[in-house]
Amino acid sequence: MNLSSVAIGQYMPGESLVHRLDPRTKIMLSLVVVVALFIVKSAWAYAALGALIIGTVMASRVPLKMVLRGLRPLLFVMVLTFGLHLFMDPGEPIFRIGKIVATDKGLAQGLITVARLSLLIMATSTVTLTTSPIAFTDGLESLLKPLSFVGVPAHELAMMMTIALRFIPTLLEETDKIMKAQMARGADFETGNIAKRARAMIPILVPLFVSAFRRADELAMAMEARCYRGGQGRTRLRQLRLGTLDMAALALVIAYAVTVVAVL
Amino acid sequence: MKPVIRVENVSYTYDGGGPGEVDALLDVSLEVAGGELVAVIGHNGSGKSTLAKHMNAIFVPTRGDVYVLGMNTRDESRLWDIRQTVGMVFQNPDNQIVATTVEEDVAFGPENLGVPPTEIRRRVDEALSIVDMTGHEKSAPHMLSGGQKQRVAIAGVIAMRPRCIVLDEPTAMLDPVGRSEVLATVRRLATDEGIAVVHITHFMNEAVLADRVVVMEGGRIALEGTPREVFSQPATLRRLDLDVPQVTELAYELRAAGAPLPRCPLTVAELVDDIAALVGKGARQS
Amino acid sequence: MSDTIIQVRNVYYTYMRGTPLARQALAGVNVSIERGELVAIIGRTGSGKSTLIQHFNGLLKPDSGTVAVGGRDIWRKGVVLRDIRRKVGLVFQYPEHQLFEETVAADIAFAPRNLGMSETEVDEAVREAMRVVDLDYDALCDRSPFELSGGQKRRVAIAGVLAMRPEVLVLDEPTAGMDPRGREEVLAEIRQLHETHGYTIVLVSHSMEDVARFAERLIVMDGGAVVMEGSPREVFRNRDDLVRMGLGVPQVTGLMAELAARGLPYAEDVITVEEAMHTLLPALLRVSGRGEGEVGA
Repeated sequence: MNLSSVAIGQYMPGESLVHRLDPRTKIMLSLVVVVALFIVKSAWAYAALGALIIGTVMASRVPLKMVLRGLRPLLFVMVLTFGLHLFMDPGEPIFRIGKIVATDKGLAQGLITVARLSLLIMATSTVTLTTSPIAFTDGLESLLKPLSFVGVPAHELAMMMTIALRFIPTLLEETDKIMKAQMARGADFETGNIAKRARAMIPILVPLFVSAFRRADELAMAMEARCYRGGQGRTRLRQLRLGTLDMAALALVIAYAVTVVAVL
Repeated sequence: MKPVIRVENVSYTYDGGGPGEVDALLDVSLEVAGGELVAVIGHNGSGKSTLAKHMNAIFVPTRGDVYVLGMNTRDESRLWDIRQTVGMVFQNPDNQIVATTVEEDVAFGPENLGVPPTEIRRRVDEALSIVDMTGHEKSAPHMLSGGQKQRVAIAGVIAMRPRCIVLDEPTAMLDPVGRSEVLATVRRLATDEGIAVVHITHFMNEAVLADRVVVMEGGRIALEGTPREVFSQPATLRRLDLDVPQVTELAYELRAAGAPLPRCPLTVAELVDDIAALVGKGARQS
Repeated sequence: MSDTIIQVRNVYYTYMRGTPLARQALAGVNVSIERGELVAIIGRTGSGKSTLIQHFNGLLKPDSGTVAVGGRDIWRKGVVLRDIRRKVGLVFQYPEHQLFEETVAADIAFAPRNLGMSETEVDEAVREAMRVVDLDYDALCDRSPFELSGGQKRRVAIAGVLAMRPEVLVLDEPTAGMDPRGREEVLAEIRQLHETHGYTIVLVSHSMEDVARFAERLIVMDGGAVVMEGSPREVFRNRDDLVRMGLGVPQVTGLMAELAARGLPYAEDVITVEEAMHTLLPALLRVSGRGEGEVGA
């Protein structure tokens, strides 16, 4: 096993129109689509929203395969919900396996649920695939800022995300090294029952925590030495700016979604 | 020239906390002027890191005072002015880079100071060019070499336009290539940028480039002078277990055994010159 | 007659193979380590040294090529890797970062316990390992490893590998990050392990001065391949190549080469201060008839 092979985030750099949109536009529009997905009921409406999402993916020139890959972790859940609807919902029987009966309404409901879940994930992965983690963090901070009046720590959340993104590769590398060092001392992480394997993690977790705390300590000192004192009075190198492209995208997609919800 | 940093009779006693992490200081006085590169050398526990952390008010003296451009580090109302004036670079490059790209990290300090975005851009580009990292703006820190990371950390400090930069063992975790990259950068900060530079290190051979060397032991200044003055006292250095460069050691041994070498050489080139001059002269005589 | 303990034949290794981030780290490496020798592997960061030594005890599996320990291919069916890891003790860089137990003794006992030794054997192995690295068992065994000084922590970590009673000890930059006092102590320890306790030692180092003093043989790596091999004296003759690889030679070796370039060829093959002293002193005294009075000025 090689931990360093774990990909961090799933950003696919590019120069397409979708890539160039302000992260706030993309986050807002994905929210609009998600809300629409929860309101609509008809198959036509799902088809229309699906067309919008797939159209966006095409425009972004990110291979559709990458977007579909995001569905993989939820495949089991989807198969399960589909099965439950198919066999448990009341309706006219279409076929039977032994004692359990598949119904037409179940089939329809199952398909709709699967479509809703898939489109939901595709819509959000389109954002993360076309937005760099930094831009995403900036966008989130900017969108949450109005909420800081009601106590939402927008800047702190964004800073936490940034530091997490920065240190995940470092800590993964470190985990790999500690694991190898303990294996060199005869540690075994691959055999035995769950209890034994859990215990075998102690020689990895303790050094990892010790090191993470040391890093946190040193990072805090380094940040203070560079005059960090929270979000107050901070400026940013990169400024988010909503351009005509963003306005057009917002207007078009919102109009499309409203029409789909209202008409279909 | 008026000193940027003035350390006056500082003592620091340390109570509680982790073992051996922080060491006491005993009546230390030191001045550093703009454009000057001062190397502070000593073993772990000699107090050199404690001294460094006094220079931007991470620590405040138990007795005595530290002045940064006339501001006393005890004056809490000036804390951020002091931190802006004295930049710090630490030992582990991984644990001082905050952001996920090089340019974002260099921008971190100016952002904290509320510098306008266009000005931040200018400072980031300038700082990266000073440390010779132009072209790496969008790189992710974990993909860089140790020496590159450490130079990014230095750029992050330069972008705050400090008058003094204190580097606390910036080369300890680097390989020889990274080490020489960082050393060359450190020298340039003083010579080209006119910054007062304090370079804390274990390694005696890194002091060769400094204008002044301060050797610490047991919380006190044990030796102070130009590199040549300090290196000419090998007995003291040996007592302190410091690693003198091979040429310096060789020249000392040769002189002790009667070879008439004119000076204590700091570099290979100097000793080559001295030997060639001596032998050339001898050859002409015979 | 030679007794090869580790034999690496034509090994290739690529990190993240099959991804866009694939990076070839070893490209056809052949290395053999003989029983009883003290070998140093030198090379700049990224030259493949660390990848190579992780092949010695089967932490990494070669993409192609073979690794044999004690004459047996370690990736052949039926070979228990744990036995290989006992025979080839590997001490990582900054090994103190792997300490995790509540007491020094328990931490050092980790490896022997993993190897299934009995409690009396474990206790004996811990005491012996601590004795070998000059740690006082009675004073330290019940202390927390996290309270110790940096140098002590590192020795505890080395003892944690020695407690397996390995046949070869492989150390990746054992002096990294230490002050000169700590470095000398650790280097002296390693020399003692070799000379007094007869360990076969493989040392990865960045210090040309150190390897000139300690190593019997050098293996130079560059770009994932072994590019030079031989005694320090032989290897340091290739100053230009070594400088090009970001390595260099000991200062005194450079001094002699510079002198030779100025038409003063005293002696080739000088790699330590003592040798330089013996070479230069007679020559300098000979020409200094008149200069005697300046001595000590």
